[in-house]
Amino acid sequence: MANFFTSRLFFISAACVVIAATLPLYVSGYVLGLLTVAFYFGVFAMAWDLLFGFAGEVNFGPTFLIGTGAYTAGILNNQFGWSVYLCILLGALASVVAGFVLALPALRVRGPYFGLTTLVAVLMLQNFIVVFADLTGGEIGLTIPDVITINAGANYWIALGFMTTSAAILYGLSQSPVGLVLQASGQDPVQAGALGFNIVKHKLAAFIVSAFFSGLSGALLVFYFGTASVGTVVDVAVGVNVIVSAVLGGRRTVLGAALGAIFLIVAGEFLRPTGELATFIVSAVALLVVLFFPGGFLGAALSREARS
Amino acid sequence: MLALQILIDGFAISALYALGATGFTLIFGVSGVLNLSHGAIMVAAAVAAWAAASVLHLDTYTGALVGVGVALVVAFATYFAVVKPIQNSRRIPNEEKEIFVLTGTLLWGIMIQELIAYFFTNNAKTVLPIIEGVVTIFGVRTPRNEIFTAIVCCLVIGLLWLLVNRTRTGKAVLAASMNPRGVTLLGLELTQIYIVVWAIYGILAGIAGVLLGMFLGVSSYSVGPLTASAFSIVVLGGLGSVSGSLIAAFVVGYLETLTAYLISPAYRTIPALLLLVFVMYIRPQGLLGRR
Repeated sequence: MANFFTSRLFFISAACVVIAATLPLYVSGYVLGLLTVAFYFGVFAMAWDLLFGFAGEVNFGPTFLIGTGAYTAGILNNQFGWSVYLCILLGALASVVAGFVLALPALRVRGPYFGLTTLVAVLMLQNFIVVFADLTGGEIGLTIPDVITINAGANYWIALGFMTTSAAILYGLSQSPVGLVLQASGQDPVQAGALGFNIVKHKLAAFIVSAFFSGLSGALLVFYFGTASVGTVVDVAVGVNVIVSAVLGGRRTVLGAALGAIFLIVAGEFLRPTGELATFIVSAVALLVVLFFPGGFLGAALSREARS
Repeated sequence: MLALQILIDGFAISALYALGATGFTLIFGVSGVLNLSHGAIMVAAAVAAWAAASVLHLDTYTGALVGVGVALVVAFATYFAVVKPIQNSRRIPNEEKEIFVLTGTLLWGIMIQELIAYFFTNNAKTVLPIIEGVVTIFGVRTPRNEIFTAIVCCLVIGLLWLLVNRTRTGKAVLAASMNPRGVTLLGLELTQIYIVVWAIYGILAGIAGVLLGMFLGVSSYSVGPLTASAFSIVVLGGLGSVSGSLIAAFVVGYLETLTAYLISPAYRTIPALLLLVFVMYIRPQGLLGRR
């Protein structure tokens, strides 16, 4: 851990954050809005990477955790008019409960079977939202009366601060002894158990941490948008974007996942003039990275540094 | 009356599900690949059949053949452009190949979906049925096309059974699903067996896609739900077990039809999902799966 603070990765990340923090002084509100969303997405991707890269759990349903947090916060605000911060906190806690529910099958089934369970969880949540349309706003979406602030710069700083804090916590966790045990139990659960580590406890912790950050980020995102809808926080396609971000940026790197998410959102915006082909181009680029640079952006950069 | 209607409609939809899921489970059983571009291949077949009939004005039989041909080509493209490079890659550790195949085929499926949406729009397309008209079976009005769909599905699955159990090629495929290393020791080329399996898969997915296009219609939005339903049927039946998927397809098909008729079409998919979660809890390997 100590040598991280002297590593090149730390200086580059710190420099990036400092430069990013000064952006509101000279770029337009449009760019800030785009990056705000990208930063929240970065947290989704990092939280997913903790589960996949370290605990070895293929979670096809990151949006189950994100959506639970987002909708809980939104519904509480919409129905009872509770303060924004209380709603966000309760949303994150609801997401932790959802993470606990998701962890139960994970401790029984592995690989594709677990992947399908998580996919089913998303489909159930989606059905639930559509069926209880009175409460959730159904397919049209939920209107949220309050927002944190309408200032684009302030929103941007909140998102950046939140992403940086989450990144520091998640990266620190991944490099700590707990992270190593998690990695060991993801790669060979039997051997890790034989070495005397409590795998159930570690995996459960990973799910709870991942769920907490996903839910918190989801709740913050709906208070930024002022609306919660299936298309923005629950749909399987959103989950696919989260997974693609993490794989693009480099799995098992945590920080790479955030990089991948920012790239994905910004690239999607740059490709907007190509109209309907934008998603095609982004998917094609992601596929090429998966095929030729399986380590992702950061994975490729780090292995080059390790070699030299 | 209603019971008979549910029995007939349920049978047709179940047979269609069974056909769609069989190829998916075959690929997994033989080469361990979960192909998440499955739905995209089915939709590609249906849209090709639709385009052949409506844009190029070919007759319905040729249209259906074009659809199946396109599915075959796309299936081969999936294998050679996505699955094989990942399986042969030295930079991806072996234990992570599964997730890379999942991610790769998922992205490939999205690419196909977007191309279809770009060239043929998102609108739902119904392929002209080969047989038209309606018959009445014991007072239930049934489209002839529905009966045709059920018969073709059963015939194709029967042929597949003959192919796998009664021919030399089929036995090689079966052997590869049991023990790949044993097969190579007997002097059979594993790559050739994979190519045969992907060809069978392409044809099955193509027929299922074209029939689906005639029966219910498809759009580029059906890609995700189709993959998800094939995936859940296959997991419910037990990954890699063809007979398990057949049973699961009928369970899911009838459960959905019952819900749609007796409760509300809006809840159509929910009981099947609940059943899936329940089965995974008490029997994680699926109905007929091996551990």
